[in-house]
Amino acid sequence: MLDKNGIAKRIAQELKDGYYVNLGIGIPTLVANYIPEGMNVTLQSENGMLGMGPFPIEGDEDPDLINAGKQTITEVAGTAYFDSAMSFGMIRAGKVDLTILGAMEVSEDGDIANWKIPGKMVKGMGGAMDLVAAAKNIIVAMQHVNKAGESKLLPYCSLPLTGVGCVRKIVTELAVLEVVPGKGFVLLERAPGITVDEIRKATAGKLIVEGEIPEMKFD
Amino acid sequence: MNKVVSNAEEAIRDIHDGAVIMLGGFGLCGIPENSIAALVKKGTKNLTCISNNAGVDDFGIGLMLQTRQVKKMISSYVGENAEFERQLLSGELEVELIPQGTLATRCLASAYGMPAVFVRAGVGTEVAIGKETRTFDGIEYLLEHAFNADFSIVKAWKGDTHGNLIFRKTSRNFNPMMAMSGKISIAEVEELVPAGELEPDQIHVPGIYIHRIFKGSDYEKRIEQRTVRKR
Repeated sequence: MLDKNGIAKRIAQELKDGYYVNLGIGIPTLVANYIPEGMNVTLQSENGMLGMGPFPIEGDEDPDLINAGKQTITEVAGTAYFDSAMSFGMIRAGKVDLTILGAMEVSEDGDIANWKIPGKMVKGMGGAMDLVAAAKNIIVAMQHVNKAGESKLLPYCSLPLTGVGCVRKIVTELAVLEVVPGKGFVLLERAPGITVDEIRKATAGKLIVEGEIPEMKFD
Repeated sequence: MNKVVSNAEEAIRDIHDGAVIMLGGFGLCGIPENSIAALVKKGTKNLTCISNNAGVDDFGIGLMLQTRQVKKMISSYVGENAEFERQLLSGELEVELIPQGTLATRCLASAYGMPAVFVRAGVGTEVAIGKETRTFDGIEYLLEHAFNADFSIVKAWKGDTHGNLIFRKTSRNFNPMMAMSGKISIAEVEELVPAGELEPDQIHVPGIYIHRIFKGSDYEKRIEQRTVRKR
């Protein structure tokens, strides 16, 4: 079973040289720590920045320089700033190659819910609805089951939706899965030491297992 | 033409009870601190605030929530404010949550004189309820209307006596579009210079959009999530 960093590390294998990537809050943020050496990946922060660097060295924090999670960050060589309308303009126009975000639920048709639990939690959708409606390629990084032990990979979402039919791939502590609308969750890889049966038990939606399922590979 | 006012009190003097106001900023970054303090002091009530976030409990728009000056918030994310969530769940506060990009683009539509725009964000979700839709090239879009704000209040880094504005780093966020969207647009700046001193090529918002400008003071610029690495 992977920890949060393991999930981030596996997702980092999906990055390609030259990619512009938007990372959501939580596990997705950790992906930045595993960008392969020598690979040129530009991080987009939807408040209005391209070329997001690491956290500042203690004492160098700049209150005018934060990411979409409101964390203090730094510039890199080639950073550009812009307003939030342009930021979502480039997202909407499909310029961002990959969006990685968390979810509370994903359905076997690729619907995603991650912004509201009626009567309990109302934080708002932030930029998630804009991102999932526009991104060419969306990877969800999340735990396979919630804290109550219930599967988050469902036949259909029970929570209010963030987007419809948009999730392409899911990486959890147990597995890598591809979402094929009309088919289900196609199992691509198992986490080290995890069996197909364990993944099946944790998946409430339709799980498709075709042939031998390889274990994830880490360097 | 004299756009320069002496302070926040003078800049917000005619913001009336029930006004619709836009407030720039993302989280606590680039918020008009002086104007918010003046609104709290003035005690203006029943405000509709269009702002991406609602501050935190004791800073930013959170201060205006504590004093119950806000009737309605139009925002995209309000997660950092417990008092906000309490007022929302108890029904004391009216809230319209809209996607962040839609919020930015509805401001932009106002700024550019366009009545509405088509966006994909929210299609198939509760955001789409009651909204007109249209299909282009087989893809469904929602019709989202421009905002119609009585006042907009923004924070810029530098400004000149003509109202030209320059922003700094990610404190730009929603400020430019909002600065361009109010019937009356108010800008507070860290540095106010005579016209001619700002480099014309560097100006982010031209002064035509700005009605009042003042030099703010005592900026706290509170950091919401101080994240660092070791030296």
